[in-house]
Amino acid sequence: MGEVLNPLPARKMFRINTRLVWLVGLVPLAVLIYRAIRHSLTANPIEFVSQYTGWWTLLFMMISLSVTPMRQLFNAPGLFPLRRTFGLITFTYAALHFLTWLVLEQFFDWSEMMHDLSDRPFIYVGFIAFFGLFSLALTSNKRTKIYMGPKRWKRLHQAVYFVAILGVIHFYILVKSSDVTEPLLFASVLFLLLGFRLFEYFRRQPANRA
Amino acid sequence: MMRLNSIFKTDTRPSEITPKKVLESRRSWMKYGALSLAGIALPARSEDAVKEKKSPLSFDKQKSKYSTNEEKSSYSDITSYNNFYEFGTGKEDPAQYAHQLNTDGWTVEVVGEVLKPRIFDVDQMMSLAPLEERIYRLRCVEAWSMVIPWLGLPLSKILNEVQPTGNARFVEFVSLHDPEQMPGQRRPSLDWPYTEGLRIDEAMNPLTLLTMGLYGELLPNQNGAPVRLVVPWKYGFKSSKSIVTIRLTEHQPRTSWNHSNPSEYGFYSNVNPNVSHPRWSQRKERRIGEFFKRDTELFNGYAEWVSGMYGGMDLSAHF
Repeated sequence: MGEVLNPLPARKMFRINTRLVWLVGLVPLAVLIYRAIRHSLTANPIEFVSQYTGWWTLLFMMISLSVTPMRQLFNAPGLFPLRRTFGLITFTYAALHFLTWLVLEQFFDWSEMMHDLSDRPFIYVGFIAFFGLFSLALTSNKRTKIYMGPKRWKRLHQAVYFVAILGVIHFYILVKSSDVTEPLLFASVLFLLLGFRLFEYFRRQPANRA
Repeated sequence: MMRLNSIFKTDTRPSEITPKKVLESRRSWMKYGALSLAGIALPARSEDAVKEKKSPLSFDKQKSKYSTNEEKSSYSDITSYNNFYEFGTGKEDPAQYAHQLNTDGWTVEVVGEVLKPRIFDVDQMMSLAPLEERIYRLRCVEAWSMVIPWLGLPLSKILNEVQPTGNARFVEFVSLHDPEQMPGQRRPSLDWPYTEGLRIDEAMNPLTLLTMGLYGELLPNQNGAPVRLVVPWKYGFKSSKSIVTIRLTEHQPRTSWNHSNPSEYGFYSNVNPNVSHPRWSQRKERRIGEFFKRDTELFNGYAEWVSGMYGGMDLSAHF
């Protein structure tokens, strides 16, 4: 904990400039494009792009999942729109990661992709996670939320917890057994973020239910 | 995996610039320029490679019958994209940290089931036979490949020198273990020291090369200086780097990757498109610098010289 954040009074809302957040969120992509132009994506650029986009997908997933805990801990309802913005940034990197596999890695070689899906657990775990994220991105707008009704919408979007878990599992099983430090770091962060929600959930249960 | 400092690292030192790179990068440009939709399919620019001044070696200029005519990978790709966990698990770690390795006065002991155990220095090993250039395909278990002009001599020359006994059925290769010089060894990414092994007939096969050079020069440290093994029909990790001990044994030695994950890495680890791996398709491979994958060949295309050693063996059981 560095500086002390003043808890904002709930009524005094401030507006987050989501365009600015997008701009920040696209910095890693800009760095990637810059490196591509400079041809410094290692001798195996496709592998590099795949690992790079995957890594940033997970990082933005963690940031997205930390919005709600931050909002509650610091009583800052103004942070609320960040949840969707970071969620969509996460999806952007996930889509780039998926397209890297589809286009650069496999180049639409359907039979190889089918083999990949059946033989390699990390591929199908990633595949499921991606399509989970895809459906959340599709239903993330206000109109769908109204159409679905807030309860059903919320239940659907709680699927992001499973998507995040699958994402970390995907990373964990694709690295060599000797190289699990980073997947374990992501797993610990995710554990904290989901643990916070579980804790809050039980804390808010009426005490006299039993 | 990904590291922030490597993501943002784009600067180049003057010492890294090599004349070879000009030709190589032009080749990649012409070949893959059209495919570089967003610029992302292009191979890395050669100036990322770290190149120190290396002494040229004299060698037999006659083309070996074991050499391939395929286009060679660039010097910069070969020396900047390495799996050498002694210097870190990232592909660019070896080029970055291998300068910490001091190869002066290096010796290799050849011991075990032999009549005349002996300690060789590098010059003594190089004087046992004229150095040969062998342009070999290298197939990494991670489904990428390169074509590399190695310089060395058949391992059999050394083994014959020490006279294996009748009990010598396997050969174990032990790489240097010195966390002072090899920062990757400060982490338990593998059980150090790195050990590998071959059956004695594999070790005596004329393709098996004890290697001291690359592209006509001494090996750069990140490629396993001063002396390494090259076994072209097996996945790359079987080709031990920076070897300090060659031990002939009666029993199959414990090998590092097999010990670390026996269900994924077998003792033999012959290149085999029909034996799947949970993380990488072994049916195909990406030649570094190319966009489209190519089919992986059984024994990495060296079947005519090696398949005889595996007659009657179930290669999916002994993977």
